[in-house]
Amino acid sequence: MKALDPNTKIDIREVLEDLDKYRPKRKGWTWRKPVENQKIGPFELKDTSENLKHSVPLPSAHYFDDIDPQCDFVITTEIASGRFEDDIRRMRMAAWHGADHLMVIRTAGQSHFDGLIEGTPEGVGGIPISRKQVRASRKALDLIEEEVGRPINFHSYVSGVAGPEIAVMFSEEGVNGAHQDPQYNVLYRNINMHRSFVDAAEAKAVMADAGIVQIDGAHNANATAKEAWKVMPELLVQHAVNCAFSRAAGMPKENIALSTVPPMAPPAPKLWLDLPYAIALRDLFEGYKFRAQQNTRYMEADMAEATITHVLDTLVSRMTSADIQSTITPDEGRNVPWHYNNILGVNTARQTLMGVDGLMEMVELKKEGYLPDQVRELKERAVVFLEEIIDNGGYFAAVEQGQFVDSGYFPERNNDGIARDPEGGVAAGSIIGREPDYGAPVCSHFGNNCYPDKACDAYGGCTLCDPSKIAFIDELDETDNVENRLKKPLAEKAAGMVRPEVQWAGDGIVCVTLFVPEEPMIAEAAALEMARKMGLAEPEVISRRLIHPAEGSLFEIKGVLDYAVDTNKLVIPEKEEVMPDDEIEAFVRPRDIHVVAATVGEDEHSVGMREIIDIKHGGLEKYAFHCHYLGTSVPISKVLDAIQETGAKAALISTIISHNDIHRINMRRLHDLAVERGIRDDIILIAGGTQVNDAMAVECGMDAGFGRGTTGGHVASFIVGKMMGRKNHQP
Amino acid sequence: MKERTDDFDIRRAHLKNMSDEQLHDHFWSLVDRMVQPLVEEARTNTSPSIERSVLQRMGFSSIETKPIVNKMLEKGLLGQGAGRLVLLLAQKKGISPREAGLGLMRDEYWEELP
Repeated sequence: MKALDPNTKIDIREVLEDLDKYRPKRKGWTWRKPVENQKIGPFELKDTSENLKHSVPLPSAHYFDDIDPQCDFVITTEIASGRFEDDIRRMRMAAWHGADHLMVIRTAGQSHFDGLIEGTPEGVGGIPISRKQVRASRKALDLIEEEVGRPINFHSYVSGVAGPEIAVMFSEEGVNGAHQDPQYNVLYRNINMHRSFVDAAEAKAVMADAGIVQIDGAHNANATAKEAWKVMPELLVQHAVNCAFSRAAGMPKENIALSTVPPMAPPAPKLWLDLPYAIALRDLFEGYKFRAQQNTRYMEADMAEATITHVLDTLVSRMTSADIQSTITPDEGRNVPWHYNNILGVNTARQTLMGVDGLMEMVELKKEGYLPDQVRELKERAVVFLEEIIDNGGYFAAVEQGQFVDSGYFPERNNDGIARDPEGGVAAGSIIGREPDYGAPVCSHFGNNCYPDKACDAYGGCTLCDPSKIAFIDELDETDNVENRLKKPLAEKAAGMVRPEVQWAGDGIVCVTLFVPEEPMIAEAAALEMARKMGLAEPEVISRRLIHPAEGSLFEIKGVLDYAVDTNKLVIPEKEEVMPDDEIEAFVRPRDIHVVAATVGEDEHSVGMREIIDIKHGGLEKYAFHCHYLGTSVPISKVLDAIQETGAKAALISTIISHNDIHRINMRRLHDLAVERGIRDDIILIAGGTQVNDAMAVECGMDAGFGRGTTGGHVASFIVGKMMGRKNHQP
Repeated sequence: MKERTDDFDIRRAHLKNMSDEQLHDHFWSLVDRMVQPLVEEARTNTSPSIERSVLQRMGFSSIETKPIVNKMLEKGLLGQGAGRLVLLLAQKKGISPREAGLGLMRDEYWEELP
């Protein structure tokens, strides 16, 4: 498949072509490559890694030469759309924003599916993980990582009753990371505990040989517990069970990542509780990797609130350590994550980590007092938890007694833990003792085996040695498959039709924000009615925020806009071509061109205008314009006086304040007064400001208007173009 | 577990004087003791999924591994290892493991298994 072009959409059909023959580029996990004291733009950064070839920088990056420094942690985003063909586009967008660990969530119920799922059926809250889906996603990621210039780790789940088969499939298909923790099966999926551990050892042995990084399932206790901060001692135990068991199965420490979440959220004293726990964990598990997750337990529908909690989570990562910074989409508390919210989540981590770059070179954590005392207490509570397990008959007995996920702060117990019968659960009674002559003539096998290593030589190699032996199944379901799902969106795309979307191609979902000045019940009913009036089908409130009991509430409403725009019929403004600097200067320098500039009205903003004219910002002066800056709060008449006094060819007014449309009024006044004085035809009038755009300015009598993101070069190019008599002067 | 109040101060009495290093060592020795029987059980047992994954590694698709393993389970043969049985059959008959497995799927050769 040919390389991706940043300006062309990824071709899903091409991804699916010849998939039966596709082999991934590599196996195993890739960490970022840290660069010490890296100079990027005007800064020297402390905690960064190699830069990307293509990316979308943070919004404010344009103030700093458009730099896009990459932190030293791998950044994860979790994708759960239910259709892998849409996940692939989402992955590409996320990779451009700095994600290099793309985790696809499994469809609900796959844990209990006894075997591999084949084909590409649609999932619920995730995708059915099948070989075809995995291979197509990995193939797309092989292209996407070339495009962005950094290896991307692809990740999913090795749990449920088909763990060993999924692990083998992941190894065969070049999956780089996976969740594997038998405790997850036992506690949250009620899969028989004997089966879970027996299967887990085999799965882990396969993962170990494939270099797959393992993430454990302990974070689920945070999300499930009644009071998340009280399970901290137990979490240390859960991590330890999986770590020790994984090592026994042959997995090296450096491929075992502990999934850890700072358990709290404001208004609780978050760092006071989270920081000692984070330190205790890192002390006890030295040499292992840490996958720092963000909080989901105390997440409501308010995206700004979720984001702030996630910023604090990320701060804990920097203050302690992390190898992988996972992100949670800020809309997870209201719906299945939308694709642009994956990007928001990634940006929360990216922005925070660049913001706190170098923090730990300046501050250190206290070695005396509350912090180390609390760290020690947490460790001791974990130890007494373990002692009780051993005293009571071991791990299985402890689970049977309901020792795990109890809401009490251990040793306190509230008799509400998750209890499981060792002889019960899904797939109970399904383990079989190995006979003395038991054998498995394949690689990456765990446990008693009559065959030596590389027994597969006897038949020319197993699939892990000879991938050509891998059996690829395309589709099993004639209706529920990617080909059928693609028909409508691809036909619409070919016809030039486009719809809004948040999850799947052309799903039509939009979100509107409404403030309704009424008491909550009336306000909500009114907000829904307003959404219906806007033409949205199935309107649904996804966030409600009381601003004041009587004065009003803020709502976010999602609905479906069942309408496709025909892009062939759109009138797209022509893009102005900015003249080369030397061409502008060659025109301006011999002509001695004067320009008058002022911030007009009662407006004290001066920064924007100075950037447009000052030589040090690459403004008009750089091209040899003579600029007469009149200052701020300048009356319109003074601008005209100055034009007449200096013989200026152009006047620039800046108008930032837009209250009561004062910016439009000032533009019209300038035009009218110039006409009155009989100089309008001899002068170029330009307005600029954050609320100004070209169409509006022209409508108000200006020759051009410039909004956010304008540079001196744009304005200079326009003035010169206009003076040269060029017609196409659209900024 | 039965309700009880926080008796940490009593339970921790023997830990109080341990250094951090001793506490860490104690933690990991307890963990190893707890995990050891789990590892032993995994070493000496197998499961239908493990056996299907072995056949998968020998080149069988998921549609093929399931009936072969199910039938071996029914016949009480799985404790010998599905892959081993297929390989022994192939060697005995001078055919490839794949041909042997597909034969079993078609309900052939079962009487020739050990």
